Amino acid sequence: MSVEANVRFDQEAVARFSQGEPEWLTQLRQEGFTGYQQLPLPKLEKTKIDKWNIDEFTPYKEEAELSSLEQLPQEIKDLLDADNDNVIVQKHSDIVYARVSDSLKEQGVLFMPLSQAVREHGDLVKKHLFQSGIEKHKITALHQALWSGGFFVYVPKNVEVKEPLQTVIWGMDEEVALLPHTLIVADLNSTVTVVENVVGANYTRSVVVNGMVEVFAQSGAKVRYASARSLSEQVTDYTYRRGITENDARIEWLLGDMNLGNTVANTTTILSGNGSSADFKSVAIANGSQKENFVARVVHIGTHTESNILSRGVMLDEATAIFNGITEMKKGAEKANGEQAENILMIGERARGDANPILLIDEDDVMAGHAASVGPISPLQVYYMMSRGIGRKEAERLIINGFVAPVVDSLPIEGMQKRLSKMIEGKLS
Amino acid sequence: MAGTPHLQIKDLSVAIEDKQILKGLNLEIKGGEVHAIMGPNGTGKSTLASAVMGHPKYEVTGGSVTLNGEDVLEMEVDERARKGLFLAMQYPSEISGVTNADFLRSALNARQEEGKEISLIKFIRQMEKQMELLEMDQVFSHRYVNEGFSGGEKKRNEILQMMMLKPGIAILDEIDSGLDIDALKIVARGVNELRSPEMGVLMITHYQRLLNYIKPDFVHVMMQGRIVKSGGPELALKLEENGYDWIKEELGIQDETVGAES
Repeated sequence: MSVEANVRFDQEAVARFSQGEPEWLTQLRQEGFTGYQQLPLPKLEKTKIDKWNIDEFTPYKEEAELSSLEQLPQEIKDLLDADNDNVIVQKHSDIVYARVSDSLKEQGVLFMPLSQAVREHGDLVKKHLFQSGIEKHKITALHQALWSGGFFVYVPKNVEVKEPLQTVIWGMDEEVALLPHTLIVADLNSTVTVVENVVGANYTRSVVVNGMVEVFAQSGAKVRYASARSLSEQVTDYTYRRGITENDARIEWLLGDMNLGNTVANTTTILSGNGSSADFKSVAIANGSQKENFVARVVHIGTHTESNILSRGVMLDEATAIFNGITEMKKGAEKANGEQAENILMIGERARGDANPILLIDEDDVMAGHAASVGPISPLQVYYMMSRGIGRKEAERLIINGFVAPVVDSLPIEGMQKRLSKMIEGKLS
Repeated sequence: MAGTPHLQIKDLSVAIEDKQILKGLNLEIKGGEVHAIMGPNGTGKSTLASAVMGHPKYEVTGGSVTLNGEDVLEMEVDERARKGLFLAMQYPSEISGVTNADFLRSALNARQEEGKEISLIKFIRQMEKQMELLEMDQVFSHRYVNEGFSGGEKKRNEILQMMMLKPGIAILDEIDSGLDIDALKIVARGVNELRSPEMGVLMITHYQRLLNYIKPDFVHVMMQGRIVKSGGPELALKLEENGYDWIKEELGIQDETVGAES
């Protein structure tokens, strides 16, 4: 096998991950490694990533397990709903804290580290892991080779999980990469909300986060996935999320991106079942000189499918961000309806923001619409607020907070709303 | 506010996009007084209101405006407001995602020293009381500022803000336009509630109708960017009966709109 020169990991690294893993998983890792060696980087609309950090990192570091939440640093505890019984915290590649309520177990819900699910529920995991059809290129292949950590959620038929399942992925202090993989399987007519907080700070060197989320919503299931990311400047963050809906299923994505470093995120929903739907809401605040590329994509395959995309971006300083919204209607997706909107508020005079709405339609009997706007804060709005005595800075702050409110207010956990608001304040100050 | 408010406008000239609109306007308003400026369309009435408040599109090219002796034209818009100026706008902005309550509370707190912000309970009580007086549904406090409001609801919202902020000088720019008679009465009730030596009012209107509900002490007629005639309430009644032509005749004006005389 020919090995390209710009590859930093060898077979050995993969072999170490494979220790004790079943044969089928080792094979997936091997496939991933081959892809990493041979596949090109993804081609992103208007963002060049060929000089970005792809694979310069330490892939693994063991962490000791904590016996109680009290041992977590305050900033991690703040992320969690105090009364919530279902929490898993991962530091680097290891689970450092896990608490799952008895009632959840009694309902037959599985909520655990993905590595544990591989051991205990191998068939169920095998059926879904890397099966959602996420695009294959050097970055996703590297994830497939080296993933560690992440969570597995399975909700049995007709079970409604009322409390959100909370997870934290946490990196700190060292140049250890995060390569978490979260797999959510919602059986017939089940309902679940999964909340993922990704936090990384105080790195001394450049590091990579390369994560994946796969969601399978079977007929009639409803899955809500909410995530807030705050990774520091040294982190290059790649995230690929993909959901597949069967008949009448629904997937909702609620994403808050407060990273300080370069970021690529692609969230795709395949509406394969008739009558299924997707709702995507995201907010990103870009500052400093960071570069970001976001894709929100929905593919309508089933009839009577519905989708809604709302992306809000605020651009400060000299940041650059591209917001791509892609609504695809495949032949046969009769009576499908897709709406999308990308709105970007330009604050920094040297910032660049691009709203890029794309409709790809192969079926006549559908409805599709898009709206995009890029512009500064309205001087008339500022004047109006100032005419009531509010200072210019405060007026702008209120307007920006109002601009992102449709996304922030729909986050499922109050603590998460607060955290996101706080992060937004931090970026604006 | 200490003392009686006093707004003095001297020889004010204002241009918008290089077009001269106001040309040497003089007006003095003191606390306790209600002035009405009337006049046909295009004579510069709204320009006066916007220029005094500090609208970014209007450029003052001459003259002075002082509030209690302080130079208003040197102040930022927010400072003018905190010093006691208020403008009920003809076309108030919509601000998505910001609730009426948050907006008003920020405006009130901007007037307080740090750490002496108005308590939430006290604020809510005040707001509820004033909304009741203006017959506004309480849901309006949680709706986004002016978003999806009807014309009449926007006007009421402007008056609500005035009642909460208790300005020294309130300028009402066509607060009566687009209101039916019942809504007009409610808006007038709000203004009359605040009438006192602590507040001077300048109303800008086309119609005498408003003046039936808010009785002015002084009536001014504007033409060609300046005040051409002033009088008491009887002047408004005369205008209602006879229109503006007699004034034009008296002053030898052919076309009353701005820029027509040159």
